[in-house]
Amino acid sequence: MSGFWQALFFQAGYNATLVAVGAALLGFAAGAGGSFLFLRKRALVSDAVAHATLPGVGLAFIVMVSLGGDGRSLVGLLAGSALTAWVGLLALEWMVRRTRLSEDAAIGAILSVFFGVGVVLLTVIQGMSRGRQAGLEDFLLGSTAGMLRQDALLIAGGGALVVFTIWLLRRPMTLVSFDTAFAAARGVDVRRVDLAMMGIVLAVTVIGLKLVGLILIVALLIIPPVTARFWSDRAEHVVWIAGVLGALAGWIGAAISASAPSLPTGPIIVLVATGAFAVSLLFSPRRGVAAAVIARNAFQERVHRRQGLLAMARREPIHDRLTLKILRSEGLLRPDGVATEEGRAAAAKIARDERRWSVARRLHKDTALTGRYDGLTPIEDVFTADEIAWIDTHVVTKGAA
Amino acid sequence: MGAEFVQFSLTPILIGIFASIACALPGNFLILRRQALIGDAISHVVLPGIVVAFLVTGVVSTWPMLIGAAVAALVAVALIEAVRRLGRIEPGAAMGVVFTSLFAGGVLLLEQSDTSNVHLDVEHALMGNLEQLIWLRADGWGSLLDPVALADLPPELPRMAVAALIIAVLMLVFWRPLKLASFDEGFARALGLPVRLIGLGLVTAAAVAAVAAFDAVGSIIVIAMFICPPAAARMMTNHLGVQVAWSVVFAILSAVLGYVLAGYGPIWLGASNSVSAAGMIATVAGLILGLACLFGPARHRVGVAAGG
Amino acid sequence: MADLSVIESQTPLDPASPLAVRGLTVSYGEKPALFSLDASFPAGKMSAIVGPNGAGKSTFLKAALGLIPKVSGEVSVFGREVDRVRDRIAYLPQRASVDWDFPTTARDVVLMGLYGQVGLWRRITGQHKAHALACLDRVGMADFADRQIGQLSGGQQQRVFLARALAQGADLFLLDEPFAGVDAATEAAIIDVLKSLQAEGRSVIAVHHDLSTVAEYFDHVLLVNLRRIAEGPVATTFTADTLADAYGGRLGAVQIEALALQGA
Repeated sequence: MSGFWQALFFQAGYNATLVAVGAALLGFAAGAGGSFLFLRKRALVSDAVAHATLPGVGLAFIVMVSLGGDGRSLVGLLAGSALTAWVGLLALEWMVRRTRLSEDAAIGAILSVFFGVGVVLLTVIQGMSRGRQAGLEDFLLGSTAGMLRQDALLIAGGGALVVFTIWLLRRPMTLVSFDTAFAAARGVDVRRVDLAMMGIVLAVTVIGLKLVGLILIVALLIIPPVTARFWSDRAEHVVWIAGVLGALAGWIGAAISASAPSLPTGPIIVLVATGAFAVSLLFSPRRGVAAAVIARNAFQERVHRRQGLLAMARREPIHDRLTLKILRSEGLLRPDGVATEEGRAAAAKIARDERRWSVARRLHKDTALTGRYDGLTPIEDVFTADEIAWIDTHVVTKGAA
Repeated sequence: MGAEFVQFSLTPILIGIFASIACALPGNFLILRRQALIGDAISHVVLPGIVVAFLVTGVVSTWPMLIGAAVAALVAVALIEAVRRLGRIEPGAAMGVVFTSLFAGGVLLLEQSDTSNVHLDVEHALMGNLEQLIWLRADGWGSLLDPVALADLPPELPRMAVAALIIAVLMLVFWRPLKLASFDEGFARALGLPVRLIGLGLVTAAAVAAVAAFDAVGSIIVIAMFICPPAAARMMTNHLGVQVAWSVVFAILSAVLGYVLAGYGPIWLGASNSVSAAGMIATVAGLILGLACLFGPARHRVGVAAGG
Repeated sequence: MADLSVIESQTPLDPASPLAVRGLTVSYGEKPALFSLDASFPAGKMSAIVGPNGAGKSTFLKAALGLIPKVSGEVSVFGREVDRVRDRIAYLPQRASVDWDFPTTARDVVLMGLYGQVGLWRRITGQHKAHALACLDRVGMADFADRQIGQLSGGQQQRVFLARALAQGADLFLLDEPFAGVDAATEAAIIDVLKSLQAEGRSVIAVHHDLSTVAEYFDHVLLVNLRRIAEGPVATTFTADTLADAYGGRLGAVQIEALALQGA
């Protein structure tokens, strides 16, 4: 346990600290960058990008070895992965634009085929004399074991750069992901902003390859934005909340991972993020499951109560068992099915409001107000007292006519 | 094409063919229903499934692993549906949350458990071991009629053949409801068809295909075959029946060409080692899809002019 | 208001009516789309469901068919539960509910209308195919039988879906905005077919958005705006008074007068 606290507060050595800082920066970049994809409902594009990095890693290794190097330079491998991921993205866009395939099918095709090519290249490398110790398989799941200091610096620096880029481009990207048509009308070049978004996702993926691996980097691009959505309805807030959630997951995850053996960094970071998601799904006050259940029950009760009172006002029989139960439990109806004093008063009020609404719809010019009639909203919530008095004068004349 | 072919190539090719068909058949409907990535999600959760099965039973054996993978696939589908509905999250993001989380859990469990002396790893789940499913007892085509040699067939072959057969029969039986529910869900429900049950049945069939196939051929082929042959087939025709037939043709073509190229391609190029058959089959499937995207007669979306 | 006694009773909904509902409430989330709606449509007539946008017209059809859950209320089709008489109902959804990119032809779509009768297993015979073609012919689409559905125009697509409803051989036709986005020729063709259905003694209920044709096309009308505003024969129900009630400020007084004059 003490190992965890040490790592959390950067007391576990220089490299562990670098890894934790790098993971936090990467988490922030992934969460914030992934938000734009999520808001555009294209979250799984990141899955295609991530899988499309594999052939690039293999190609870069082969090229570096054939040029006489040892092929393990992280910068070179990441450059290769960025290249094929970009090709994958272009192929994806082309398929969606030029053929009848929908985006999900195109994503699946790109990710499986590029990954297949990558696996072929990995087996080619295994057949090369220098290939056996290449350790390229680490890019599947990430590995902090044996990470060089310069690798950790590269991850931390790259993460910081991506975060800075997101901050620079936050306005056009928010605008485009929230309302593409509006952004285009405002003169924003949607295609270029889209390109920038994809560039950020690609950069996050490439930087994250060493730390969490290509299969799990997708999690960091998707889970924090989805989690953040539970806590805000405003696009720009979602982006920064997702960034902070991602950073926390990266930092805490790296600390847990450093505190004990056989706790791989990538999966731990992802599972920390998943934990935050699960808590938000259940307990977020606005969109959480618990809140929805409570609201749904209250709503159903209101509908039945009002329906019952309307029937009472019109002296119609009530058939619905739930309606009867609610009316009885609120003392509006006696157990023998006769309305109580209170019940009559409530029914009379509701009948009067119905007549008022009917008049209001007929007379009131503002449909934005009368359009709020939904059978449940009390008329006092929509009209002022003097307006209601004015409506009432018409109710009377109509009744007299 | 002598004894050596029967010994070393026949069974892997047949297993590859059956696996490809088993995945491509449900893939047709998954693509038409915009659920192509369910296959992706299912293939990712196979790993946690087999790890849990290993932890529960303590042995690496076929049936517990298949059952574990199947259970994991169904759990994942249920979780995706729950997250989508309860959290009101679009399906793609819901899938992304669930399958990556389960995969992370699987990797963590794998690292935590002592699997150093058993053959259980991520690479195997991803890439399979198609090349090793050989038929040593065979000594020529005559062995196909020799009960002693037949008893020594790799068990993956009959298993995959049965899975492909079951899926094909199910597709034939439920052809009409599947077609109707995929084309016009509102109308299907008005007819009283259990639309959600049909959807669940389709996903279950996909899970069966994925689970039966991953052990032999790995998850890459599974995902590639769910998507590439049906997507290419969609570009060839505007008739559903014809599309499914094309997808089977493309699946077989990918399996055969991919295996042959993986085994003999490098040798033709002068290299000494063969490359991953699973990867090469996926690559060939991708090439076929690419050709269909460029030249398929029905490649354009409705309303997009030819060549436009 | 003095004597508000409430009686609990279970009087059944009118068994002669092809579609009757009582106390139907449906909501999307917390926003009711229909509130405590009562309605009872006459048999063998052409009925319209009319009301402003968002008044719950399509929701009404979907809830009556059990396609969306209801918060409360009862529904009766020919005096029975809807699940027991699905083979007597033909439903024409709004065009948006269909996947236009699906690999299927006009003929295929009409054959789908026969699935209720043919079931899962039985072979589609030449007789079935001839029947499907006859249905296509009835809507003037026989020459387009082998086109992919997405390649047809909006009006042609609507005709094909009407042909599918015909193939079902139903007694009750529920149509959701059958004239939305179709050309004048198609509208005339559709209304001809519907009138001929009525002549055969079948009941037609359509969500309708064009107030100027209500009096011309329909016998019976349900005016709805979240609740039932009015229901009855078009001649007596489709009046300036009820229209103002249903549409309020959304229709100008002049418009209402003009429409109601036509209706009277």
